[in-house]
Amino acid sequence: MAEKISIALKVNGLEQTTTVGPRRSLVDFLRHDLGLVGTHVGCEHGVCGACTVLLDGRSVRSCLLFAAQADGSEVTTIEGIGTHEGLHPLQQAFRQHHALQCGFCTPGMILAAIELLRDNADPSDEEIRVALSGNLCMCTGYVNIVRAVRAAAAGKVR
Amino acid sequence: MGVVCFTMKPAPFALFQPKTIDEVLALLHSYGDEAKILAGGQSLVPLMNFRLAQPRNLIDLNRVEGLEQINFHDHTLSVGAMVRQRDIERSASIAERLPILREAIEQVGHPAIRNRGTVGGSLVHADPSAELPLLAVALDATFHLRSERASRSVAAKDFYQGYLLTDIAPDELLVSIDFHLPPANCGWCCTEMARRHGDFAIVAVAVLFGCGRDGRIDFARIAVGGVGPAPLRITAAEDALLGELLEIELFRRAADIGAQSVEPPADIHASSSYRRHLTGVLVRRALATAESRMKGYV
Repeated sequence: MAEKISIALKVNGLEQTTTVGPRRSLVDFLRHDLGLVGTHVGCEHGVCGACTVLLDGRSVRSCLLFAAQADGSEVTTIEGIGTHEGLHPLQQAFRQHHALQCGFCTPGMILAAIELLRDNADPSDEEIRVALSGNLCMCTGYVNIVRAVRAAAAGKVR
Repeated sequence: MGVVCFTMKPAPFALFQPKTIDEVLALLHSYGDEAKILAGGQSLVPLMNFRLAQPRNLIDLNRVEGLEQINFHDHTLSVGAMVRQRDIERSASIAERLPILREAIEQVGHPAIRNRGTVGGSLVHADPSAELPLLAVALDATFHLRSERASRSVAAKDFYQGYLLTDIAPDELLVSIDFHLPPANCGWCCTEMARRHGDFAIVAVAVLFGCGRDGRIDFARIAVGGVGPAPLRITAAEDALLGELLEIELFRRAADIGAQSVEPPADIHASSSYRRHLTGVLVRRALATAESRMKGYV
């Protein structure tokens, strides 16, 4: 029952070929097997959104996927969207607008926002709030998060 | 979920990743209730992480071919069991020909949930406040089930039997569902009350109605979720609409009948009387919205 399953997937552009146990979640695979600890583990039952990553370009809860299911897919995590020197415009906007305090929810927020802005280049505040409603933040009260997403959408990021 | 649990990892299981429906049916035949079907995993995997569900064998449908079609026929919309909720939301043909389905889907969870969550998974999970089972009941949907023994079709009203309980047998697979298309000119609305967008509805309603050439209502559907173990149609309220002319007082009367017809449960989210009150308010609002969306009616 504990047999290993061979998987091959792309994570942030790099090919990864390895084996995993059936019950290895995608988020544990990313954090423990690949050392990509930017994706956070919050509730582990699909409520908080902290573990949001992009799977073949679509936002997903990585705590609700088994790593074996990601075989053949392309995964993008927070580590894959920008660098320390060249932040992604949404990362830059979050920094500029004080859209994070403790930062725990931020990777999930940003990946959810990337998907939103790809689908809808000019969202209203209401559309931003609905799109991010599955990502919980215990610090900010969300106002500055909405502001940051709006700024990134408008290209107003220094 | 109110469960004391120090490990948030599922119990051990064997994972099967078949590629054809026949392989799935063979696995279901072999393992029966020792196996669980994994579709989008947005309800099952949380239950597994809490160890409220401990399937020994998990049959993953995500690589199975032939479960992802969206096809319109003369009187039905046929949807494969593994169609993602997000694909319904983004389908231009559904937005045009069955917009109430899109409106319902937009209230399911959040984008990341809908990206994975499937039509079939939600229908079979049968949460009493879920939007897709509500629509299945409102639109007289037909469920197409297959097993190694036989293929059969079940009407939505017979499919839902109780709290999280359906007519599906342990060796059966939901392959597709047919939603019956309402009359082309009808008004429609699916609305709900939830604490936060995407949360489970406290009460959800779906209404559709259409008028004949004499302006009198000749088609009416009023379905409610979250007020019992399974979604239900309120035929007494539908009957109150049939044969009548559209007017706001009529909507109020039908809503009152709707509120009086339900026997809602009480839980941590809402009392029984509040759910009854919400049923009346939401039915009345939904009827008014549906009227505003009727085609060819001024």
